[in-house]
Amino acid sequence: MQLDIFLNVAVGGILTGLVYGLMALGLSVIFGVVRVVNFAHGEMMTIAMYAAITLFAAFHLDPLVMLVPIAAVLFAFGYALQAGVINKFITRPEHSQFLLLIAIGIIIVNVLLIIFGPDAQNVQVPYAFDSFKLGPLIVDATKVYAAGVAILVASALFAFFRYTPVGTAIRACADNHTGALVVGLDVRRLYALTFGLGAACVGAAGCLLLLIFDVTPSVGPAYTLLAFIIVITGGLGSMPGALLGGVLVGFTEALAGLLFTPSAKSMFAFAILVLMLLFRPQGIMGKRAA
Amino acid sequence: MIERLTAGVPRRALVLLGVLLAIFLVLPVLAGDYVLTVLILILYFGYAGLAWNIMMGFAGQLSLGHALYVGLGAYTAGALYVHFGIGPWIGLLAAVAIAALAGAFVGFLAFRFRIAGVYFAILTIAVAEFARVGFDHLSWTRGSAGLFLPVAQYAHNDLWHLRGHPVMFYYVLLAAIALAFVASRLLLQSRTGYFWLAIREDEEAARSVGIDTFLYKMLAVVISAAMTAFAGVIYAFYYNNLFPEQVFNITHSILIILGPMVGGIGTLFGPLLGAFLLESLAESLRTLLELIGVDLPGINQLFFGIMLLLVVIARPEGVWPWIATRLGLAGAQK
Repeated sequence: MQLDIFLNVAVGGILTGLVYGLMALGLSVIFGVVRVVNFAHGEMMTIAMYAAITLFAAFHLDPLVMLVPIAAVLFAFGYALQAGVINKFITRPEHSQFLLLIAIGIIIVNVLLIIFGPDAQNVQVPYAFDSFKLGPLIVDATKVYAAGVAILVASALFAFFRYTPVGTAIRACADNHTGALVVGLDVRRLYALTFGLGAACVGAAGCLLLLIFDVTPSVGPAYTLLAFIIVITGGLGSMPGALLGGVLVGFTEALAGLLFTPSAKSMFAFAILVLMLLFRPQGIMGKRAA
Repeated sequence: MIERLTAGVPRRALVLLGVLLAIFLVLPVLAGDYVLTVLILILYFGYAGLAWNIMMGFAGQLSLGHALYVGLGAYTAGALYVHFGIGPWIGLLAAVAIAALAGAFVGFLAFRFRIAGVYFAILTIAVAEFARVGFDHLSWTRGSAGLFLPVAQYAHNDLWHLRGHPVMFYYVLLAAIALAFVASRLLLQSRTGYFWLAIREDEEAARSVGIDTFLYKMLAVVISAAMTAFAGVIYAFYYNNLFPEQVFNITHSILIILGPMVGGIGTLFGPLLGAFLLESLAESLRTLLELIGVDLPGINQLFFGIMLLLVVIARPEGVWPWIATRLGLAGAQK
């Protein structure tokens, strides 16, 4: 095996992994605050991917730019979902919440299937075949742009939670639900806001991922599972953990694709999951559960 | 044994159950080919739902990956038949053993390492997905190209080799459901059943009164997996083709849990009622749409999704407990 091939694949995997990380960040934020596991996460991402495809086909609008309005639409979708339905489920048993979101996921997959058909679709941006050369490294331009924007969006989200009053209030809800209620925070509205933000994250990730992969309506559940694996690897509820987990999974998948066969790459993500669950269930960056 | 089975069940419930069984026994005589395939689908998901129900409904362990056990059962029996000409009933023994082992593997990983709640649910999905991708690359079962069982025209129904008319599969499944139903009832009334319910309601409390929660949760997973394997064997010999993409698919797992969800988790009759309602309504809807000239590929699943959504929101305990009360069968969670 030549070293430069290995390096190229590894870098490609890490860049893709950053986009995975942004996708998983949405799941992690929602879980960390609302304590609801979004079983429709990947499906929500496919909504964004098809929105980007439609806009590109109709008006030749670049997914990198359309990311902003699409993320806004996903935000509204997430906000409405939490405010309208999920808030009522906060006190229900866990499996009820899972099944609610699984139902929403099934509906999304099949509505997309009815509208767009089962065939794989993608966008052909003008820079689809450009690449950057850096010594022995040749990196796809699409992956560089996607990873760069993913870092940008993730940083914005970090800054929001760290420095804005609303972000601080949301963190307060996550840390101490009762305490947040006592000091008069509108927890339900903040939950809706959080779910909206998580949805916006995965919407942005969808636009970016579309530069790298095709989309079919049925890939939603696979991405949901991938997001779970990443979040569990990084530590459920930890924001840096999600990005780190994404990079780790992206890297592993890329190498597995190189060393074995690309279609078997997801087996390695599952192997990571099982190992993490067994030996470090709180994840790399997670705190030990009480 | 009969006394134990019927203890505490109102006479009305027994009579209704008898009538229902009689109806299902004569139905194939009246039904055309199309209705028969729908009925077989109902029985298939009813049976698989009963098997899943043991794990989730009784012991409270949510499996979102039951397609794993269907797939293992189907592939074991199918491959033994294709490669060595071993008949399905012998193959069933191997299928049950392998599925039970897989269940024990999942259970051991989860319960020994205290993986619970959402982590457990995700583990079950991940193992099923692992098997799906694995079988895609397993050349012994023809990988993603699919395993095909030899099909020929059969003059008569060969029950021993499960070769013949769909009616045969109907009765085999009906018998399996009757057995699974009785077994579920016996299990529920056994010591094991009471321990399961205790674990489902409050695992901490169950452990503190001395129940070996690890052992009983393992039992639930293994029994459920073994029972599900039979659904897989039927799947293989009824459809005669197996694709990892279909059998092990997460959608298949979800379809299995839809029946019990809609009918009522933890009840005995709920999984059957749920499967009946879902499949018959979905098929009616499809037929109706066909009549007005609309053919939408995802419409069945969309309908399932909407039904699940409505049930989870409006009647999370399922429709059967509600109907049972209306029928004056309260107390008989049959």
